[in-house]
Amino acid sequence: MSLLSFENLSIALPTGADRPLAVENVSFTLDAGEILCIVGESGSGKSMSANALMGLLPEGVTPASGRILFEDRNLLDLSEREMMSLRGREISMIFQEPLSALNPLMRIGDQIVEVFETHGRLTPPERRKRALELMHEVGLPDPDATIRAYPFQLSGGQRQRVVIAMALALEPKVLVADEPTTALDVTTQAQILALIDTLRRERGMAVLFITHDFSVVADIADRVIVMQSGEVVEAGTADKVLLDPTHAYTRALLDAIPRLSFHDSVPHDDEAAPILRVQDLSMTFRTRTSGIFAKPRVVKAVQNASFQLQKGETIGIVGESGSGKSTLGRCLVRLLTPQNGTVEIGGKDIAKINGDALHQHRRRIQMIFQDPYSSLNPRARIGTILTEGLIAYGSDKKAARTRAQELLTLVGLDPSAMTRFPHEFSGGQRQRVGIARALALDPEVIIADEAVSALDVSIQAQVLDLLAELKERLDLSMIFITHDLRVAAQVCDRIIVMQRGEMVEFGPCAQVLGDPQTAYTRSLLDAIPGKAHERALAAQREATP
Amino acid sequence: MRGFWRRYSRNRGAVIGLFILLAVIICAAAAPFLFPRSPWSMVQRPFLPPFTVDGLMLGTDALGRDVLSGLFHGARVSLLVGLVSTVVALSIGIPIGALAGYYGGLVDDGLMRFTEFFQTIPSFALAIVLLAIFQPSLGYIILAIAIVSWPPVARLVRGEVLSLRHREFVEAATLSGQSNLRIIIWQVLPNALPPIIVLASLMVATAILLESSLSFLGLGDPNVMSWGYMIGAARTVLRTAWWLSFIPGIAIVLTVLALNLIGEGLNDALNPRLRSRTP
Repeated sequence: MSLLSFENLSIALPTGADRPLAVENVSFTLDAGEILCIVGESGSGKSMSANALMGLLPEGVTPASGRILFEDRNLLDLSEREMMSLRGREISMIFQEPLSALNPLMRIGDQIVEVFETHGRLTPPERRKRALELMHEVGLPDPDATIRAYPFQLSGGQRQRVVIAMALALEPKVLVADEPTTALDVTTQAQILALIDTLRRERGMAVLFITHDFSVVADIADRVIVMQSGEVVEAGTADKVLLDPTHAYTRALLDAIPRLSFHDSVPHDDEAAPILRVQDLSMTFRTRTSGIFAKPRVVKAVQNASFQLQKGETIGIVGESGSGKSTLGRCLVRLLTPQNGTVEIGGKDIAKINGDALHQHRRRIQMIFQDPYSSLNPRARIGTILTEGLIAYGSDKKAARTRAQELLTLVGLDPSAMTRFPHEFSGGQRQRVGIARALALDPEVIIADEAVSALDVSIQAQVLDLLAELKERLDLSMIFITHDLRVAAQVCDRIIVMQRGEMVEFGPCAQVLGDPQTAYTRSLLDAIPGKAHERALAAQREATP
Repeated sequence: MRGFWRRYSRNRGAVIGLFILLAVIICAAAAPFLFPRSPWSMVQRPFLPPFTVDGLMLGTDALGRDVLSGLFHGARVSLLVGLVSTVVALSIGIPIGALAGYYGGLVDDGLMRFTEFFQTIPSFALAIVLLAIFQPSLGYIILAIAIVSWPPVARLVRGEVLSLRHREFVEAATLSGQSNLRIIIWQVLPNALPPIIVLASLMVATAILLESSLSFLGLGDPNVMSWGYMIGAARTVLRTAWWLSFIPGIAIVLTVLALNLIGEGLNDALNPRLRSRTP
């Protein structure tokens, strides 16, 4: 008898949704001590299944048929009160975004203690002691001090550890993890995955792990379920699904995993004048902390960055979150004004100019943003979004509209998109609009700031292909900021590795990633998920030549 | 638009409020046709109770003026003062809040200290002082109400702009070479609109109350009939002819209540965070 089993579960969406059932006839079982991964793209119904299990379906979404059996009780029949006592104690959940899962105004310790309090467990001093033990168990540094910290004082990885500690507090039998590492960078992701793996081994806990990333699956799963548009298309042990997929969709997802492979970089003529020359760029943030006499907090976000970008070249900037790579990008396009150093584009230093002079040169260097959901004005039509820049540079309305239509075709969208609003498009399509906007002013240099990080793996591959093709066709030079070394390896000619605001390594892609000189770069490389899978694939290839 | 109405109509109170407000608007619009004579003119002997004489449904006041006529004409003044003073207050508060939120730093400090200067003075006292300085005409009443009611608008707009200021689409607009003014007007403000609309609907209600209070104290425009004036004039005969204060009082209560209900309905309909909440 399995600990948890889904039997022919169907979940109905409200009328008017894009399909009648969010989840159709889903059946699977989960045993104690096992990690089951549900994989699929956004909209495949994987999160809906988890929400149904927790009794947290959104308004208007209801289970249509089937059962969810947990220790022989059908969870769908339980009252809200019965579910409440089950949640946290028997089944608990960790979420994608640890910052929004924590109460910003409560100290970490109090939030963990609250879990015991809600379920009426232990006496207050015991609760505190248990909270400390849990924080120690999930590997939070210096639990005695951290217990008094507020969420904003912790890093993303530490916050996720707190969320995990809260989920583990009542020793649940099942842990549901909904994309727990998607918002984290590679090194932190590796640590959190290791933590989840250790915990389930030590506690014999069953884990339902939801993700869109197959390389994570390869590292952690015992068994895998692949979902597409609400249906299970493939299920089996991790080895079988990963190495011998039977369904075309699974194969497509597996193929979309970026691999750490270097493309042949075009040798660039270093003698030629570079299109972008960055010299000794430094940016320091000073924030006033509370209290007049307190010392201001000084963050050296970028220190003495120097490099040159040749025409037609792509330079990747990689590093963990907080390494200053985004700040560097924002200094280059002058969304931030650096304190020191020069940014020369085509021989003109734009680091210090303002007003009209900046307006004249701004169009030469444009940016593609990370989040396709917040980078397009939700109240403006696509046509307006694409023409605004052209009109600001004196183009007349009609010419701007013609140009916008060309741009849409260029990025693979239909020109009829002009009259529609951003919310009518998917993440990948929105990112295409973002690319079209960046190209509208015929820039010489494009800065792509984590341009594919927010996208599903398969969409990511499409957008990367589009960028490569555009770069070729329009002879663009690009700076590609990413935390994903595999993506960087695919698209970049040279790579800058940043750590705490400093460039620790800079050189051709194959050299930096193939033969890293610093321990930091090596740790970044080691943290890439899916290594085991790569090796298994290679072994498979050798066995069947 | 259909989605908007569906979310709005889910709040039953808001729909009732809308109907009451429509009724008040119709009364105001119909006043000159139904009661072409001035509401100030004497029509019968004083102190006629309601429903005693045909043609004078709500009776007459202390000087023999038609109460119903006064009510209809008063609706015009109340709505006019409420709407216009809110528009004026918005046109002071929105630019100040938007500039403070967008530019930050010294501009923010300066403008917010200026706003706080107005917030530290009790608004009703300030309105009385202003009207004591100006002549009590309709225009100055509107101006006085606007001057005391813009600070909350500036505060709200500043907060909204601050949170929108560093969104990626605003940065993208900066990069595409648009001027700051254009960005504020076309990128930032449209996204800050929903809470402003909600606040504005509540401000109309507050303005109507303020105007009534001022008229009650005799600081109203002596040439226009208003609900506050009617209550104020009848307060000396409260024990003998209570209905003379009661009837316009009910009119004020209903109108203000309607506007508050509408404000709440608009908040439900426009606030995306509440859209998916369980009933």
